Amino acid sequence: MTQERRFPIGSPILEVKNVSLSFGGVKAITNASFSILTHEIKAIIGPNGAGKSSMLNCINGIYKPQQGSIIFKNELLSKVNPNLIAKKGISRTFQNLALFKRMSVLDNILIGRRLHMNANFIQVAFQTNKARKEEIENRKKCEEIIEFLEIDDIKNTPVGKLPYGLQKKVELGRALATEAEVLLLDEPMAGMNVEEKREMCRFILKVNDEIGTTMVLIEHDMGVVMDISDNVVVLDYGKTLADGPPSEIRANQDVIDAYLGVAHD
Amino acid sequence: MKSNKIFMEYTKNDLINFLLLMIISLLIIPITVKSGYWYSSILIPWLCLALASIGQQIVMGYAGQLALGAAGFMAAGAFACYNLILRVPDIPFFVALALSGLIAAAFGILFGLPSLRVRGIYLMVATLASQFFIVWMIDKFGWFKNYDSSGIITAQDIVIMGKSFTSPLEMYLVIVFVVTVLTLLAINMARGSTGRNWMAVRDMDIAAESMGISLLRTKLQAFAISAFYCGVAGALFAFTYLKSLEPVAFDIKLSFKILFMVILGGLGTISGAFIGAAFILLFPVLLNSIGNNVFHGAIDATIISSIEQVVFGVLIIIFMIYEPLGMAKLWDNIRLKFKKR
Repeated sequence: MTQERRFPIGSPILEVKNVSLSFGGVKAITNASFSILTHEIKAIIGPNGAGKSSMLNCINGIYKPQQGSIIFKNELLSKVNPNLIAKKGISRTFQNLALFKRMSVLDNILIGRRLHMNANFIQVAFQTNKARKEEIENRKKCEEIIEFLEIDDIKNTPVGKLPYGLQKKVELGRALATEAEVLLLDEPMAGMNVEEKREMCRFILKVNDEIGTTMVLIEHDMGVVMDISDNVVVLDYGKTLADGPPSEIRANQDVIDAYLGVAHD
Repeated sequence: MKSNKIFMEYTKNDLINFLLLMIISLLIIPITVKSGYWYSSILIPWLCLALASIGQQIVMGYAGQLALGAAGFMAAGAFACYNLILRVPDIPFFVALALSGLIAAAFGILFGLPSLRVRGIYLMVATLASQFFIVWMIDKFGWFKNYDSSGIITAQDIVIMGKSFTSPLEMYLVIVFVVTVLTLLAINMARGSTGRNWMAVRDMDIAAESMGISLLRTKLQAFAISAFYCGVAGALFAFTYLKSLEPVAFDIKLSFKILFMVILGGLGTISGAFIGAAFILLFPVLLNSIGNNVFHGAIDATIISSIEQVVFGVLIIIFMIYEPLGMAKLWDNIRLKFKKR
């Protein structure tokens, strides 16, 4: 990242303040706070069960934190509902793939365009000009994304029939199609080989560079994390352990301890 | 899906298929089929039930909501149509038909509400309420039946622009018109963004919600449109096939029949609704005639009809094991095989 960025990192776009979430007696997140800056790539790391996915689920509105607040573009996200939060401009991918298995790749990505398609069912049924126009326009956008992700040859295949790596790509494509300002990527590279990971990194960096999308990603591969992220936040047992640029995180004793499990004296 | 797309998702083949079907149903059948039996006992109920199956297909095959109660919405549509024609002077038949569909759709929204809380087999049980409530309501309040004490009400004649359509052929043509229009609309929705939203909710509801699809609106929309189709189908069924209105005709058995049509025909396909309806309706007729012609009265008629049921049941089980995606899929496979050669 030596050269000048087209979209320089700016002020906080998403702020997580003192968020706590528990399921019954199990505390998933305890008093976690961090903020995500506009146009940055932020990695959330931490050992298994540290509450990383729960954190994304809170931001995305699937879970409602018992305490604390999440502020997006200076607006408190109080009415928690994934579809309202999607409307505000936050999109995501899921850890265990949440694609529409019986639909084709193109249709899956078209669902990502949902918020850009406003024709109601009567207009669709009668194929009015509006419905036709928006369908054609949005298909064009999706074709662009398909081309960008280099999955042209499989665009009409039902997603359920694709291998895992390609499904991950389709899911990224679907999230990209939303043109959301913030993308939450939950382990976008889990289970991929080195080659596939490199490709995925390239896509993420390119999107961030070309459209300036703010990315929040959970990743276990430290090499990848240190390479592509601008800032890293470390969660451990639901608490924020550290927050800062990769070089700082690498040297942080607490983080090293959390990962290596050093006994405190 | 090559470059020969003419209109939206429609290819040249789709257009040819459509024209062929229209020629068959509007020219060849009316010219060649003369006996009233074919119209009133096979073609008319087939088209009516196929229309109801499209409704069931929308809610179950596309939106993935296990609902059982199509016959309830059919009853609502049938009695709504009867009352509209009875009470609103000079109401055009098609207007009455559309309004009865809308009334059924209102019931659809009401009975679709449980889908927001429960799913799967539990939803199926909850939607049974529509089946029992609507039929009970019609039975309980005499107003719906115009205080007719005999229990069976004769349906009014279908009058369109001053001309009454009473012969089997005429009624068949009315039905072909309605079914064609509604089927095209259903295909448009299924292939467009509306259908995509339904399928997204069916395949993975959390992801659909995260992409900005409101589960509440999408599910209720599917229920309403489904009930609209069932309502129109019910009105046509009563006015052209039964020629009378009795709540008993719309019992749970009919709901199950429509459910089987959709499952056998192939979930998530519009053509499956037609194929499934044809299979469920025609197969007993076929078995019956085989039974009569092969055994020539050597076996008692009651036994033959029981054997029919057994054979039918076994066939459904075999079918579900070997082609769980339904007959529409089977048909696709056959076509693909021929194309490859």
